[in-house]
Amino acid sequence: MLSPTSIFDPAATPARSVFGLSMLVLSVTLVIFLIVAGLLLYVLIRYRHKPAESEREPAQIYGSNQIELSWTVIPILIVVMLFLSTTRVILDTEAAPRPSGALDVTVIGHQFWWEFRYPKLGVVTANELHVPVSDPARPTPTYLAMSSADTDHSFWVPRLAGKMDLIPNRLNTMWIDPQSPGLYLGQCAQYCGTQHAKMLLRVYAQSPEDFAAWIKQQQKPVAQDLSGNPSAVEGQTVFMHSACINCHTVAGTVATGRFGPDLTHLASRDTIASGPVQNTPENLRQWIADPNSMKPGVLMPSMHLNDHDLDMITAYLTTLH
Amino acid sequence: MANGTVLEAIDQTLELKRRPPLDVVYEWVSTVDHKKIGLMYIVYALIFLVIAGFEAVLMRIQLAVPNNHFVSPQVFNRLFTMHGTTMVFFVGMPILFGFGNYLVPLMIGARDMAFPRLNAFSFWISAFGGLLLYFSYLGGDGLYGAGSAPDVGWFAYAPLTAKVFSPGHSTDYWTLSILLTGIGTTGTALNIVTTTICMRCKGMKLSRMPLFVWLMLVTSGLVFVAVSPLTAAQIMLTLDRYLGAHFFDTQAGGSAVLWMHFFWIFGHPEVYILVLPAFGFVNEIIPVFSRKAIFGYPAMVAASVGIGFISLSVWAHHMFTVGLGPAGNTFFVFATMVISVPTGIKIFNWLATLWGGKIIFKVPMMFCIAFLFQFLVAGLTGIMLSSAPFNWQLSASYFVVAHFHYVLVGAILTALFGAFYYWYPKVTGRMMSETLGKWHFWLFIIGFHLTFDFMHVPGLLGMPRRIYTYEAGRGWEWWNLIVGIGALFQTAGTLIFVYNLVRSYHRGEIAGHDPWDAWTLEWATPSPPPAYNFAVEPTVSSRRPLWDLKHPEDQDENYE
Repeated sequence: MLSPTSIFDPAATPARSVFGLSMLVLSVTLVIFLIVAGLLLYVLIRYRHKPAESEREPAQIYGSNQIELSWTVIPILIVVMLFLSTTRVILDTEAAPRPSGALDVTVIGHQFWWEFRYPKLGVVTANELHVPVSDPARPTPTYLAMSSADTDHSFWVPRLAGKMDLIPNRLNTMWIDPQSPGLYLGQCAQYCGTQHAKMLLRVYAQSPEDFAAWIKQQQKPVAQDLSGNPSAVEGQTVFMHSACINCHTVAGTVATGRFGPDLTHLASRDTIASGPVQNTPENLRQWIADPNSMKPGVLMPSMHLNDHDLDMITAYLTTLH
Repeated sequence: MANGTVLEAIDQTLELKRRPPLDVVYEWVSTVDHKKIGLMYIVYALIFLVIAGFEAVLMRIQLAVPNNHFVSPQVFNRLFTMHGTTMVFFVGMPILFGFGNYLVPLMIGARDMAFPRLNAFSFWISAFGGLLLYFSYLGGDGLYGAGSAPDVGWFAYAPLTAKVFSPGHSTDYWTLSILLTGIGTTGTALNIVTTTICMRCKGMKLSRMPLFVWLMLVTSGLVFVAVSPLTAAQIMLTLDRYLGAHFFDTQAGGSAVLWMHFFWIFGHPEVYILVLPAFGFVNEIIPVFSRKAIFGYPAMVAASVGIGFISLSVWAHHMFTVGLGPAGNTFFVFATMVISVPTGIKIFNWLATLWGGKIIFKVPMMFCIAFLFQFLVAGLTGIMLSSAPFNWQLSASYFVVAHFHYVLVGAILTALFGAFYYWYPKVTGRMMSETLGKWHFWLFIIGFHLTFDFMHVPGLLGMPRRIYTYEAGRGWEWWNLIVGIGALFQTAGTLIFVYNLVRSYHRGEIAGHDPWDAWTLEWATPSPPPAYNFAVEPTVSSRRPLWDLKHPEDQDENYE
C-alpha cells in the first residue's frame, strides 16, 4: 500500500498502539466473518431446494434454548475481551503521564488553514508544524493544545495519531512523538466549509539539532534592511499600505493582523495556501493576484493589484526567511 | 366457501369501475386509506431515491480522478448535503413507513390504521418537507445569500450553521424541512404504535404478532425518543439564527458540542429506525422461501426490543474524536459493543431458519441472502468502529462512509428490494418479472461490492470524507476509480428495477391471493386488497394463521 498517509504504517506511539489494537480487532472480526459466512454458504448449498425432491414441507423447528443460549454467551465473551483491550489503549493514549521533556504547541484551526504557536519559544507559524523526534529512552513528545477560531476542524496525520477535533470554545489536547525524522502528511478531517478539501497538514519531524536550528531561525526578527533589493523595498511599502496588514502579521512591522497566517517567515515554508501549492515566487504571485483561482472559496480576497505591485510584493515576501 | 366467492365478486366489481382521471387524482389526494397512503409514501420515496442517487453519481464522477474539475467545491458540498439529507429523511424514513403503513393493518387483521386522518396529515406534511428542501435549489438564495442549496453536511455541525458562516436562507430550508418531516414521522409512529396495540384481530396476542409488525412497533417507539431532540435542536438553531439565541453560537459562548449531542441522540437511534424494518422484511421473507417457521421467535422479539433500548445509549460513539475524555469514551465503547450481542442473535437465528429448510432462490430471497452477507460485514466493520482508538483513525474517513453505506445500501436497501419483489403481487395483483429481477439483482450486487468494498481502502489510507478533490500521490486514485465504476453498475440495476415496477404493473403475470404460499394474514385477502381489507375479521390461533389453514393436521399452536 503505497500511501504516505496509511494508518497501517505508524511512526509514533499513539498511532502504533492503535495499529496494535486494530490488528487484534481485525483478526477477531475476520475469524467471525469466516465462520458465519462459511456456515451461511454451507446452508445455502446443502439445503437448496432440489427439483427432484418431494413437495412436502421440511420439518418445522421453532427454536432451541440451548443453542440460542450458546450464541448469546459466546458473543458476550468476545465483547468483554475486545472491550478490555480497547480500554487499555484508551488509557495508554489519553491518560499517559506527561514527560518532563514535552514540547507545547497551540494549534488553532481556521477556515481553511492551521495556526501553530509555540508559546514557550515565542514562535508562530502556519500549516507546517515542526516537531522534534522523540527518543523512547528520553521522550520529547509534542503536546498539542487545540481549539478553533471559527468552525469545527479535525487534526489528522494518520501515521502519527488518530484524529482529534478542534472545536471553538473548547480546548482539546493530544500528543505525538514521531521517532524518525521525516515529513508526515495529513489534512483536516472535519467538514469545515467550502475549502475543507484543501486544508492540508504537514508535520516535519526533525532531529533535536535540526529542530533547535529551525526554532532559532524562526525566532530571528525579519531583516529590516532591504537596501540591497529595491523591488523588495517597494513591495514592503505596497504591502504595508494595503489591506494585507489587516489579516497578516509580519513581526516587527505595522502588519499585525491575526485573521490570516503569520507571514514573518513565509519564505522558509515549502508550501502556501495551506499545503496544496508549492511555495515558489510564481505560485506566490498568482496566489496574491487571485487566491480563488488556486483555492476556490478561500477567504483571502483578491486585492486587484496591478502587475507591477504584484511583482514588488512577491519580491518582498520572498525575503521573509 | 360460497360466502368467499360472493365477496370476491364484489371485489371484482369494485376494481372494474372506471372513473375520469381527475376523480382518480382527487381520490388519492383526499384518501385516508392506509394502503393508498402507504403507496404514496413509497412512490414519493422512490422519486427521491432516484434524485439522491443521481447526486451520488455526480459526486463519484468528481472523485473518480484526482484534481478533477467536474463540479466546483460549492456544488460538491451541496451535493453531499442534499444526498445525505434526502436519503435519510426523504427516502429511508418514508419508504419504510410506507411499507409499515401498507402492511401493518393487513398483517394484524385490521381494516385501517387507528387514526386515518392523522395518517394522511403525516404523509402530506412529510411530503411538503421534502419539496421545501428541494425548493431551496430555486429559492434558497435569499437577499444576500451564499449558495442555492444547503451545504452544511447532513449532520450540520454547529457553528457552521450559524448566520455568520452560512448566510442566506439555504440552511433555513434545511432546518424547516427536517422540522416538518419530523412532525410527520412522529404522527405516523404514533399511529403505528396505537394500531398494533389496539387493533389486532381476535386471537392475535402480542406473542403471535408477525415479526415485521414487532419491528415496526419498536421502530415507532424509537421515533418518539429520537425525533424529539432533533426537532428541539432545529428550533434552537432557528432561534440562534434569527432571534440571537446562543445555544450553538460559539462566538457568544454557545456550545458546538451541544449540537452534536442533540444530533446524535437522534442520529444513532435513526440508524436503527431504518434498519429494524429491514430486519422485519427479512424475518418475513426468509421463512417463506426456506419453507420453515422462523427459528427462535421469542429471542428475535427480545433481541429487537433489546436493540431498541441499547440504541438509545450509544450516540456518542459518533463523537469519539471530540475529546470526551477516557471515562466518556469507555462508556460508549461498551454500550456500542454490547449491541452486537442481540444483533448476533438475529443473524444466527436467520441462519438456523435456513438450516434444514428447502431454500427457494426466487428474487425476494436472493436479496435477503445478499442482505445476510452484507449485514454481517457491516456489523463487523461496526465492531471495528466501536473500538474508540481504532475509531480515532477511522472516523470521518472514507472507511466510515463505506461502513454506513454497507448498512444503508447493503442491508437496508437490499432488504427493501427484496420486499418490493415479495409484496408487489399483493399490492398490484401482478407478479414482477423474475428475469428482469435477476438482472437487477446481479447488476446491483456487483455494483454495490465494487463501490462499497473498495471504498473502505482509501479511508484506511487517510482519505477524509467530504472532500471535493484530492491530489495524486496519496495512493487513493485507483480505489476511487473502481468505486465510481461500481456506481454505474448500481445505476443500471436501479433503472432496470424501476422499469420492472412499471412494466409488471401492466404486463405482469396475474398473482392471485397467495403467490408465495406464505403464512401471514395479508396473503388471505385478494390482491390488491379491497378498501376494507378483510370482509370478515379474521381469527388466529398461532403465529402463522395460513399455515394452520393449509395444514389442518399439523397446527402451529401445538408447538409455539
